[in-house]
Amino acid sequence: MLSEVEIEEINQELAGVPVKEAAGIEALKIIQRHRGWVSDESLRDVAAYLQMAPEELDSVATFYNLIFRQPVGRHIILLCDSISCWVMGYEQLSSQLRQKLGIGFGQTTADGCFTLLPNPCLGTCDHAPALMIDNDLYRDVSPEMLDEILGKYK
Amino acid sequence: MKPLTGHIKADGTPLTLAEYEQLGGYQALRKALRMSPQEVTTEVKNSNLKGRGGAGFNTGMKWSFVPMDDPSAEKYLICNADEMEPGTFKDRWLLEGNPHQLLEGMLIAAYAIQASEGYVFLRYAYKTAAKGIRVALAEAERAGYLGSNILGSGFSLRMHLHTGVGRYMCGEETALLNSLEGKRATPRAKPPFPQVSGLFGKPTIVNNVETFSCVPHIISNGAAWFQSLSKNPQDGGTKIYGVSGKVNRPGAWELPMGITLRELIEEHAGGMRSGYRFRGALPGGASTDFLVEEHLDVPMDYGSVAAAGSRLGTGTVVVLDDRTCPVGFVHNLEHFFAQESCGWCTPCREGLPWTEKILRALENGEGRENDLDLLAMHAQALGPGKTFCALAPGAMEPLQSALNYFRKDFEQHIHEKKCPYGHTLH
Ligand SMILES: Cc1cc2nc3c(=O)[nH]c(=O)nc-3n(C[C@H](O)[C@H](O)[C@H](O)COP(=O)(O)O)c2cc1C
Ligand code: SF4
Ligand code: FES
Repeated sequence: MLSEVEIEEINQELAGVPVKEAAGIEALKIIQRHRGWVSDESLRDVAAYLQMAPEELDSVATFYNLIFRQPVGRHIILLCDSISCWVMGYEQLSSQLRQKLGIGFGQTTADGCFTLLPNPCLGTCDHAPALMIDNDLYRDVSPEMLDEILGKYK
Repeated sequence: MKPLTGHIKADGTPLTLAEYEQLGGYQALRKALRMSPQEVTTEVKNSNLKGRGGAGFNTGMKWSFVPMDDPSAEKYLICNADEMEPGTFKDRWLLEGNPHQLLEGMLIAAYAIQASEGYVFLRYAYKTAAKGIRVALAEAERAGYLGSNILGSGFSLRMHLHTGVGRYMCGEETALLNSLEGKRATPRAKPPFPQVSGLFGKPTIVNNVETFSCVPHIISNGAAWFQSLSKNPQDGGTKIYGVSGKVNRPGAWELPMGITLRELIEEHAGGMRSGYRFRGALPGGASTDFLVEEHLDVPMDYGSVAAAGSRLGTGTVVVLDDRTCPVGFVHNLEHFFAQESCGWCTPCREGLPWTEKILRALENGEGRENDLDLLAMHAQALGPGKTFCALAPGAMEPLQSALNYFRKDFEQHIHEKKCPYGHTLH
């Protein structure tokens, strides 16, 4: 069931668009903001509210890299795996990070703290390699900096 | 002269409305509102401003394709702030440092095409920019630069910030429109072009962040002045160039359009790091052909880079050094393109993963004699005109040029059954 707050936020989006399905992505973002991810049940509820087939909304949800259709941890790590970061030490950083967290890409740590995802260019290639945790950008990251960075979120 | 970035603070925090106004901000809007929409478009056309999103189309010309006969018809104006081309980090600087300059440029463009709604389509990762733009939108609205009857001119514009949910294809302008309509970001057939039938079927203009940021300066100082900023009047203005890779001072700089690749790398980026030699560079992001040593004196403008067999693209250079494996480098690019292919058309959906697989095999010493022919076949089959949008041809540009310039490296991988740089992919 959609909460009152969620419905109110979705209604605000609906006010700005000529057809209901145009609010689909925004509605999914709203659900994800409140619940962390978009479960099958949430997806069906949103689709019903927008008078869309759930399959159609799911085809949109699964198209985008950052709509999560599986549960995620409390913090999302986006590690840039694009070219400038690759040249500047991505591979070493990536293997250190996975080792420290004890997980691979697409996985969540056992304590539910971090989900690790690879991400295309973060647009800060002059300070490669780079990663983001939630809203925070980290630049010129070396493997030695990882403990301190991760420590802020534990 | 650095009209676009000269005023951006050293710490990169956004100029407030008051600071922007003190520097003459929103005077160009006042001036434009006293001109006719047609005059604004003509001035921009004459400035030879070419789109900074990669394709380099004349901006004023693009605006002139919007049908203007029905003044009451709804129209849209969109800023493409999706910046996801690997190696590209120029729009971030403008978005974070001077959001009002962008809004003013968009306002003037909206007036030129008489649009009533504007959108900034901003990529997910640009959280700081999102904050700054929200503040700037509120400031501009309070000051009467946005909303109804702007500065008493009778012209009205509502502006929205849309933040994306991550997909390179959102930057392709017709896919962007689909995404704004709540759909998958697959491209649309052209024609009809967005200028005639775009967002929700209405005439729509999509331009890049840097493109819009040039507009207030053109209106304030005139087309001739804008052309004179460039070393090549055919391509007016300054350009934000960037360099990343193993150079001494990676960074971005606003410079006269048409400075050479050598000046960019040796003077501005401080040359190669000690122990590294220049081997080649992508001049304008991941989807441009390599340039090599013989091209160092090529002026970085649209026509000259094209004549050298590549594209200016976004103007942000990614350097390949002599200790980095070119095969691994191109594998990284094709991995990105294969992942971000929207799957709409078969050559791209099937061909890019195949390309990636061959490159991976080569890098890991499992390459076969005919692999280079297979790669060349892909470069043909996914080339211009063979796919639905420009993603696949863009993906083939670094591959085909690497096969040309670094062929010995590819062959060595096959014959030695390993990467000569000692690199492997897992
Ligand atoms: C796959 C793909 C991704 C693109 N991404 C962007 C982008 O992130 N930003 C951008 O301004 N243009 C991007 N473009 C170019 C746009 O389609 C379009 O040409 C541009 O936004 C027009 O603006 P301009 O004329 O001001 O350059 C992309 C094109 C393709 C094919
Ligand atoms: S070329 Fe690739 S990205 Fe473009 S429409 Fe075809 S499948 Fe989609
Ligand atoms: S390549 Fe990593 S930030 Fe651009």
